[in-house]
Amino acid sequence: MSNIPSELKYASSHEWVRNEGDGTVTVGITEHAQELLGDMVFVELPEVGDQISTGDDVAVAESVKAASDIYAPVSGEVVGINEDLEDSPELVNSDAFGDGWMFRVKLDDASELDALLDAEGYQNVVDED
Amino acid sequence: MTNKTVLHAKHLEAGAKMVDFYGWEMPINYGSQIEEHHAVRTDAGMFDVSHMTIVDVQGADAKAFLRRLVINDVVKLEVAGKALYTGMCNEQGGVIDDLIVYYYTDTEYRLVVNSATREKDLAWINKQSEGFTVTVTERPEFAMIAIQGPQAKAKVATLLDAEQTAAVDGMKPFFSVQAGDLFIATTGYTGENGYEIALPADMAADFWQQLLDAGVKPAGLGARDTLRLEAGMNLYGLDMDESVSPLAANMAWTISWEPEDRNFIGRDVLAAQRAAGDQPKLVGLVLTEKGVLRSGLKVVSEQGEGVITSGTFSPTLGHSIAMARVPRAVKIGDTVQVEMRKKLVNVEVIKPSFVRNGKKVF
Repeated sequence: MSNIPSELKYASSHEWVRNEGDGTVTVGITEHAQELLGDMVFVELPEVGDQISTGDDVAVAESVKAASDIYAPVSGEVVGINEDLEDSPELVNSDAFGDGWMFRVKLDDASELDALLDAEGYQNVVDED
Repeated sequence: MTNKTVLHAKHLEAGAKMVDFYGWEMPINYGSQIEEHHAVRTDAGMFDVSHMTIVDVQGADAKAFLRRLVINDVVKLEVAGKALYTGMCNEQGGVIDDLIVYYYTDTEYRLVVNSATREKDLAWINKQSEGFTVTVTERPEFAMIAIQGPQAKAKVATLLDAEQTAAVDGMKPFFSVQAGDLFIATTGYTGENGYEIALPADMAADFWQQLLDAGVKPAGLGARDTLRLEAGMNLYGLDMDESVSPLAANMAWTISWEPEDRNFIGRDVLAAQRAAGDQPKLVGLVLTEKGVLRSGLKVVSEQGEGVITSGTFSPTLGHSIAMARVPRAVKIGDTVQVEMRKKLVNVEVIKPSFVRNGKKVF
């Protein structure tokens, strides 16, 4: 059974979103997603300064098994990326909700967070997989 | 209907993630495919290959029958225990399967064929055996474990009795010996030293446990695939199948053209293809930038298009490698392009062999 922290928000495409409380959010992929993908070998991230819109494919998680698009769960400006993933993509496997974070976004519209799933809603998505 | 090997419970015990592999529930990994891969390259790993099909061919015509059945010539096998890699083709020259033939005497041989092709292989072998004085016997009562890696033989040695130790002493690659309950072969699918050991199914779980206790790390099908691809070894169903000539699958070296009067199945078609020189060829591709080459991706070259048959991230090399079927005019050392995620990336063409005995070989 995958771990699904209750303090995070989720997209049905398996991204997690953490509200940092300063108008920015941190985004990664869930424990469930990394389990499905297997050992990560490359992570391609957006660039700081990129404007992204909800639903855009903005990053790629490439594992031994498959390349998987990562979609922007919210709209805004990319204000940070996890540069550690360049040399250590396995952080996504070992700590999907922590050191395996991918990018940080300054929200265009904080109310977008309300449209995301809570842990229970995401659990339902996982159960249907 | 899902088959389980006798080691199924041992896999679950070791935390395996199980997947369906052509009707067999097999371990894809025990946590990390990459760690398992490195264990085989640097130390010792083991694979449950009990799903593979062992077929004994015996009888007065065994030799004559195999000289007809497979594209290599079993006449080359003169020393008891010697093994030979080859393929068997249909009348159209397409590869029905690749296999290893083990020799005991001119009337006793053992074949090990793929599990994914078991039924059609057995049907084909039985059909072709008509008119020959041979018996074809599947041996499902054996389990099989492949122990591979630079420390594999040393770790297995700790489990062998005196008779078995003597039997494997000085064994060269591609040999086999029956030693007590163990059929021990110096074959494998990783490009490392090691053994493939067939043993009675009821002994397999204990043997597996003893190997674990000796420090051999279990490795799943995921690592098996990255290891064999680094070693440049074909996987049936991806790199070749019945629609593909062995000449287009880097298997020309497994065809014995001499003597000219040996009428192996598919010979006429293959000889014509060889004379025409028009078959595509299987090459290795290397991508040093980010991204992973995957099976099915299109290869673009000045000499025409090709396709990736197997692709992966190479854990040993730290970048992606692939095998691809391309026009024969493409040369080793050329740069060609692969269409990946809507863009073309440059890759280098090499011979299809990437890593042997832990080291890069190109």
